[in-house]
Amino acid sequence: MSAFKVLFGDRAAAIGAFLIISLVLVAIFAPALATHPADVAEFHLDKRLQAPSMEHWFGTDRMGSDIFSRILFGARITITIAVIAVGASVVIGVPIGLVAGYYGKWIGGAMMRTSDVFLAVPQIVLAIAIAQTLGPSVENVILALSVTYWPFWARLVYAETRALKPQIFIEAALALGASDLRVMVMHILPNIASAIIVRTSIGMGVTILTAAALGFLGLGAPAPTPEWGRMISEAREFLPAAWWYAAAPGLAIFVVVMGFNLLGDGLRDILDPKIRRGSK
Amino acid sequence: MTEPLLDVSNVSLGFRGENGFAHILDGVSLTVKSGEIMGLVGESGCGKTTLARSVLGVLPRNSLEVMGGAVRFQNTDMLDPAYADLQQRIRGSRITFVPQDPFTSFNPVFTIGEQIDDLMKWKSPRRDWNAVSSTPTLLQRYPRSRRAIDREAVIAMLNSVQLPQPERLLQKYPHEVSGGQRQRLMIAMALLPEPELIIADEPTTALDVTIQAQILGLLRRLANERGVAVLLATHDLGAAYEICDRITVMYAGQDVETAPVASFFNVPAHPYTNKLLASVPGLKGEMSGIPGDLPNFYSPPPGCRFAPRCERAQLACEVRPAQTETAADHMVCCFHPVVDHAAAGLVPSGKGQTS
Amino acid sequence: MTGPILSVRDLTCRFPIRGAFGREIGQIRALDGVSFDLAQGEILGLVGESGCGKSTLGKAIIGIQKPNEGQVVFEGRDIAGKSPREAKEQRSRLQYAYQDPGASLDPRWRIARSLEEPLIIHASLSARERSRKVADILDAVGLPASHLQLYPHELSGGQQRRVGLARILMLKPKVVILDEPTAGLDVSVQATVLTLFRDLQKKFHLTYTFISHDLSVVRAMCNRVAVMYLGRIVEIGVTEDIFAAPQHPYTQSLLAAIPQINGPRVTENFWLKGEPPDASNLPKGCRFQGRCPHVAEICRAQDPVLAVHGEAIASHESACHFAGTVTPPVPK
Repeated sequence: MSAFKVLFGDRAAAIGAFLIISLVLVAIFAPALATHPADVAEFHLDKRLQAPSMEHWFGTDRMGSDIFSRILFGARITITIAVIAVGASVVIGVPIGLVAGYYGKWIGGAMMRTSDVFLAVPQIVLAIAIAQTLGPSVENVILALSVTYWPFWARLVYAETRALKPQIFIEAALALGASDLRVMVMHILPNIASAIIVRTSIGMGVTILTAAALGFLGLGAPAPTPEWGRMISEAREFLPAAWWYAAAPGLAIFVVVMGFNLLGDGLRDILDPKIRRGSK
Repeated sequence: MTEPLLDVSNVSLGFRGENGFAHILDGVSLTVKSGEIMGLVGESGCGKTTLARSVLGVLPRNSLEVMGGAVRFQNTDMLDPAYADLQQRIRGSRITFVPQDPFTSFNPVFTIGEQIDDLMKWKSPRRDWNAVSSTPTLLQRYPRSRRAIDREAVIAMLNSVQLPQPERLLQKYPHEVSGGQRQRLMIAMALLPEPELIIADEPTTALDVTIQAQILGLLRRLANERGVAVLLATHDLGAAYEICDRITVMYAGQDVETAPVASFFNVPAHPYTNKLLASVPGLKGEMSGIPGDLPNFYSPPPGCRFAPRCERAQLACEVRPAQTETAADHMVCCFHPVVDHAAAGLVPSGKGQTS
Repeated sequence: MTGPILSVRDLTCRFPIRGAFGREIGQIRALDGVSFDLAQGEILGLVGESGCGKSTLGKAIIGIQKPNEGQVVFEGRDIAGKSPREAKEQRSRLQYAYQDPGASLDPRWRIARSLEEPLIIHASLSARERSRKVADILDAVGLPASHLQLYPHELSGGQQRRVGLARILMLKPKVVILDEPTAGLDVSVQATVLTLFRDLQKKFHLTYTFISHDLSVVRAMCNRVAVMYLGRIVEIGVTEDIFAAPQHPYTQSLLAAIPQINGPRVTENFWLKGEPPDASNLPKGCRFQGRCPHVAEICRAQDPVLAVHGEAIASHESACHFAGTVTPPVPK
């Protein structure tokens, strides 16, 4: 509970946290919050491209569906992609970085060269290739993102582990007879957790942007899934007249990414100086 | 009686931070005569480093609050921000500094020669301080006329500190020389501007014991030869015994005893000094610590700050004792100094001796 | 048990110096054939200056540093080269106390957890049994139970030291290697710490290897002393003998460097000049030849062996061709 108190002490982190929590709540309660929940699947061609009004707060799209409601439901997709893609990257990248940084030499070198290979793969191109082979879907977007994104965590954890390994308390734990696994998981990992958390938060924002770009290119879920990137892509042909069509999803992406970035920056300030301020 | 070179009179200062005001120095007074080696002895937290820095005039201005007193070096108050320009001139040329850690005292990306040249450019005794220059400092050049003489002085000084092959040494980088050699360089660089006072802050603590013996001997010999006064801040009583003429002991920001070195170690008067000497391991392994901890600098005890840990403390000790003379030139700030050592069971002699 | 509890034979640690492309262009012999015995219940001091190998020796004994050659026989079994994990059961009785005790504690673990860790690694006890053992040890080192919930950075240096010691004592070790336990301490704090070590030794029947560069502390604490120089033991013997009649010139120089309060000043005519030679480029013969005031031809040719010389008593050995016959130079 004191963690929350600390969190809201930092303005950036507080705003970021507020935005992200709102995102999560919106995603969960989309059916209740949406003004026209059925519009996710239904369409009403007689109400096409209406400007924002009291009934349709963000206007309607080319199929006559309420943009506001579709955006709320789109939050679910956004969160799913972000959480699973980043989650997979963390689950793959952190152990690799940990083992590579701890043992160094051959194992470390081999793992880092592998991660270099994956880093060199262009995300968009890979996503296109996967979409061509397996068909466009949200799952394939997640796959493309996870495969190309884990090296960032591997490198971060590798550097932090290497810096931490020569510390006296690690050596002391080994001198007590702790196994390598125990040292890695119980000593090193908690001490680098703050760096990982900060990177993860910012990584969520980047992932959402990339996912939106992939959706924009049509590589994500097919219509009528209310994926934000694809909504912007659909809006292209109706610009600049139906400005609300692109502005609404664009604004949503902006707000969410901003939230993750602020949260990440705020966490960085909170998690590290607290250790430094507290120590002698 | 001639004026002392350095006159610290009743200095009280502290630093204000997020936890409040830390009252680091409380009414400290001491003097350093021209040419003498004065030891400033105390354990960590006693304020000797802060005092040494105040003599140099390099205390952080943002948080510093001076409550009273002055640090007068030949009529310039090094504590008063109004004299900043004068202090800048004095610092590094008439008062120089030998730091504690020889390993981080040099800039690692410049050769030793380049760093000494930089020193001589700005602080050589042959520099014409009165030549007013409108060129900004960064663009001022090292006058050719001085260079040759300065270089000779540098080589001569490197020989005096017993550094082998000075010309080759000047071309090396700091990481290529050992800790002992770096400290000799620090001493050389402290002496090159021909100062009147050298502040040495724990100059041998980081060194091996045989190197320490060499460096201390060197420092004393050179200081005496050139008539340079030294203020040696240290927690090592042995080092203080070896080279100091007089010693001042500090505890928690107060000066408690000042005496010539022989008198100091033979008849220490202040209870803290006695306890300190008793904790140096004796011949038979006897030694005793001091119970208790340092006071909290944010809310220090009134009067004598050693009173909470002192067996002889009484109610009167809540007022800061003034200096009283217990022997010739031997001053102590205590209401109940130790005068009869045998009766008190304190035998100060014989510490550290081999048979 | 009869016989020494710890026996080190010909221990050697060589660190390669790598040049371009990782080729080995030289070697530093941090330890070069070190041998000594440690009797149960004694305190053996290992004295030397930086680069003498005393820290490497400590780490090689407990297995953090793998030696290239030699044996470390503890309780009858050779554990040289085995990591603490490999010889886990035995090593629980051989522990190492770090110079910087605060740094040896995980900054993110509460004290209670750090103290229980040795028990979790080595024994299988219930949580309640662990808490009880922790409480017992806390009592023995003089720490209040309230400290259990704190983090290391919330304790003072002295309290961190006690926690570090408590953690080592959890496993009821037989031998503790103390690495520079008083380096950097104020002299009054040092006295308190040394008194604590003495108390713990009595209470727990410990044997100490006391690594230090401070000769006056070593004299106060140790029964026997081994003087090290550049990876070798150059003199070893009972403390009184070493200090009263040092045989090796290096030992003599170390003793000559200790300030003597209320005695003559030692730095005025300190006779040892220069610095130790480059550790990767040791000369043939005795490694002290460059600085020794008594150096002769034989010193440059033959590396002296640690042995009893002349009329010295059996326990007093030194590695010098002229041991027992040379005295420190007299000041002019």
